[in-house]
Amino acid sequence: MELLMSILIGLMFTAATYLILSKSLLRIILGTAVLSHAVNLIVLTMGGLKKGKAPLLDTPGLPVYNDPLPQALILTAIVISFGVTAFFLVLAYRAYQELDSESVSKTRGHEADDE
Amino acid sequence: MSNIVLMPILIPFFGAIFLLLLPRKVVIQRILALITSIVLILANIYLVYYVYQNGIVAVTLGNWPAPFGISIVGDMLAVLLVTTTSLILLATLIYSFYSIGKPRERFLYYPAVLFMIVGVNGSFLTGDIFNLFVFFEVMLMASYVLLVLGGTTIQLKATVKYLLINVIGSAFLVVAIALLYSMLGTLNMADISQKISEIHGGNTGMITVVAVLFLFVFGLKAGIFPLYFWLPGSYFAPPIPVLALFGALLTKVGVYAIIRVYTLFFYNETSFALPLLSTLALVTIVLGVIGAISYYDMKTIMIYNILIAVGVILFSVSLMTRESMTGAIFYLIHDMLIKGTLFLVIGVIIAMTGFSSIKKFSGLMSVKPSLGWAFFIAALGLAGIPPLSGFIGKLLIIEGAFSVQNYVGGIVVLLSSLFVLLSMIKIFSKGFWGEKKGDFKLDIPYRKMMVPVLFLLVISVGYGIFSEAMYPLITKAVDPLVDPSIYIQAVLGE
Repeated sequence: MELLMSILIGLMFTAATYLILSKSLLRIILGTAVLSHAVNLIVLTMGGLKKGKAPLLDTPGLPVYNDPLPQALILTAIVISFGVTAFFLVLAYRAYQELDSESVSKTRGHEADDE
Repeated sequence: MSNIVLMPILIPFFGAIFLLLLPRKVVIQRILALITSIVLILANIYLVYYVYQNGIVAVTLGNWPAPFGISIVGDMLAVLLVTTTSLILLATLIYSFYSIGKPRERFLYYPAVLFMIVGVNGSFLTGDIFNLFVFFEVMLMASYVLLVLGGTTIQLKATVKYLLINVIGSAFLVVAIALLYSMLGTLNMADISQKISEIHGGNTGMITVVAVLFLFVFGLKAGIFPLYFWLPGSYFAPPIPVLALFGALLTKVGVYAIIRVYTLFFYNETSFALPLLSTLALVTIVLGVIGAISYYDMKTIMIYNILIAVGVILFSVSLMTRESMTGAIFYLIHDMLIKGTLFLVIGVIIAMTGFSSIKKFSGLMSVKPSLGWAFFIAALGLAGIPPLSGFIGKLLIIEGAFSVQNYVGGIVVLLSSLFVLLSMIKIFSKGFWGEKKGDFKLDIPYRKMMVPVLFLLVISVGYGIFSEAMYPLITKAVDPLVDPSIYIQAVLGE
């Protein structure tokens, strides 16, 4: 199961990299969203994918239980990546209004170079 | 009583929340932000005193035992950096009153600054690697807002790049934390350090991978060699007070994270990670120097000087001796203060001349000699002329490098000071001396704008002159860096 997850994560990283390397700002944002999902899956997989019970206290003789910590971490990471993605979408919209283009080639260069 | 270590996080946090309630009342915003920063400074100075008296303060949230609860750890290094941060915050806030403009102030400029300080202070104080990520994100979210606030074309361009770079960086930070967690099963930094030293010999290959991942992520924020290309463009865009905050604080948080992680986790990784850090730091210095002397734009020159400083500090950290660590900490605090000062001075110059390129004006000395000399003293401090504050740190760094026979590194650091001086004197001689050229706006509130500049300048000069008095504090800050067991014992209490 971990192997399958690893392959899936690899594929998601590939897709994210492909999308982030494109010119359109929207595709880049989608790429970052896919990237953060891949990362969340890594956290989940790293905790170990055991098919166990909930980690309740005071349950004697519970042989296998899932590690709750990765799920707490993922929850935090998801919230953060949602926030950032929302901000990025608004930023892309404003940049589209201001630059008349959603291509990142409009954002190239360093202003001090022009002088 | 150890809860006092939470103050540097809670004071700006509550300050920011109060400010959010009154978004349109600019005067109230200013007063509240000012009060918050002054209270923060007082609390931090008391915290320095407390840590000096009682050693490392650690508080575990919710009173869970240490490896399970989230630790907030105030060791001397973190506390000193937090104090420096609050001083820079006060100066930039006062400077903002006269320069940032009402429209930005109405759009929650002050709460964003305070939220960024929450993130910065949190990153310095946290003792939990995942919480480091969370505080990094708090800081970055606020910095996105500050960078784009105002919505000019150049700011939008810069923010798109900055945001994308940091989103990718944060993703890899989580990857690094996940890999570390899978190997060690813990997130508490003290516990991680202990467990890494226990598995020595077995799984060190993966540990090196994680070390390099951390270097990648924090190096991206700090702006070390292959990862700094976003930095000159992004930092060029925002108005001066924001630039001063970014230049003085954000890259230094990356540097601090590298120092913390490498001295606590990977101090044994001398086969790959530390030589890599050392090499990258030296290349950063060289490229920073090339950038600093090749531009005629004051802001860009200063931005490349950030890179040089980051390189010097990280090179010194990579040597891992007590002497070099002392130098690194001295230099880190000096650099935060002096970068804040210089960016604000340059802000005054830009406000007066209207240009940031020194090709567009000259002869400012005949109009405002006081500004010229303030800039000159700050520039000498940056280059490390004794007795100003850059000197003692650099001296220790070079001594540290020579004492471990790293002559190349020592000489690169030495030569870099020369080029830093050259880049600063270029601004001084082209912009201040010479024939009077360009029209100078004298209706700016010059004296009021100089108050925060002189405030930081005096602290920076005092830091250099009274470095002897600072020495015991710095020694206390270096102790847990060269001997992680002090830190581990303070957190885990074994």
